[in-house]
Amino acid sequence: MSKFIFTFFVLFTIWIGFTTSLQPQEVITGSILSLIITLFAYKTFSKTALSFFQPKRLFNILKYLVVFLIALVKSNFDVAKRVISPSLPINPGIVKYNTKLKSDIAKVVLANSITLTPGTLTVDIIDDALHIHWLDVKSKEPDIIFKEIGEQFEIILKEIFE
Amino acid sequence: MIFFLFVIILAIIFAAIRGIKGPTASDIIIALDNLTIIITAGLVLLSLFFERYIYLDVALIYGVLSFIGVLTLARYIEGGL
Amino acid sequence: MLNILGYILVSVGVAFLFLGAFGIFRMPDIYTRLQAGTKATTLGALGTILGVGLIQPEWFLKTLVIAIFIAISNPISSHALARGSYKIGHKPFMKDDGVDSYSEVELNEGEEF
Repeated sequence: MSKFIFTFFVLFTIWIGFTTSLQPQEVITGSILSLIITLFAYKTFSKTALSFFQPKRLFNILKYLVVFLIALVKSNFDVAKRVISPSLPINPGIVKYNTKLKSDIAKVVLANSITLTPGTLTVDIIDDALHIHWLDVKSKEPDIIFKEIGEQFEIILKEIFE
Repeated sequence: MIFFLFVIILAIIFAAIRGIKGPTASDIIIALDNLTIIITAGLVLLSLFFERYIYLDVALIYGVLSFIGVLTLARYIEGGL
Repeated sequence: MLNILGYILVSVGVAFLFLGAFGIFRMPDIYTRLQAGTKATTLGALGTILGVGLIQPEWFLKTLVIAIFIAISNPISSHALARGSYKIGHKPFMKDDGVDSYSEVELNEGEEF
């Protein structure tokens, strides 16, 4: 039953997010549609997200967002600098990055974050290894790769997902 | 205001040159992916320019559909379709 | 005040959109083009869209939805493009001492994701 209510709540929030109005006709249409979809789909819905509503986890998610936004801005200036400079200072290559995270969601979030940070782009995930295209390969040592690319994210993601 | 739109048109021209030049299919799809994002931002700017709220809905739907389109094309060049 | 902040955000965003397109034009191969295409344009689009949200505060929720969607979808599509390009045999552009760990992986044709 709690799964049913949770599914309905998520779908209704998405509806409100997309329409962004609280006029009666929108709310009524949204609740009817959410109810119909919920009836068909609530069995396959995952309840994992419910466990994130704990103060400690929410705080960590906020911390992660701050770290991520700083990395995003830094990466943009880094890449922009490389694009403008006339000599095009790049030294690209694909390196293997061993993650310590276990759960699949955590790996996906890590891969997306890595894609949006300084000069790195995730090409593929195979079990524990992320293959990452690096715009400026600084080293081939696994330890240095780990430190340079994703350590700041992994510490916080471990707190959130494990 | 006009100046912003002018810069966006310049960006569209640069991405479109890459799309025409190629040389491989992947390059063209990358240029297309980039163009869709520039155009989504451009639509949001246009909604400010004309002060029409409805253009934001157009931008949202354009973003969603172009994301699905680029994913489909990526799967297609990979041979997964 | 909010207005000025919004215009600053929009100018930064538009500048980065231009740099992203310029990077796509300038970079030597597929993967480096993707790098310029994902990073510069993500911040560019986020800045432009949220800046418009700040100039017109009653639109902010809608622009936030568009911004979140772009921030989630952009890395996914570039990841799929990079993987697809590698699988059909485009090797990355490298200097003499470049590394390519992905070439050691055995690729299965038509694998489901």
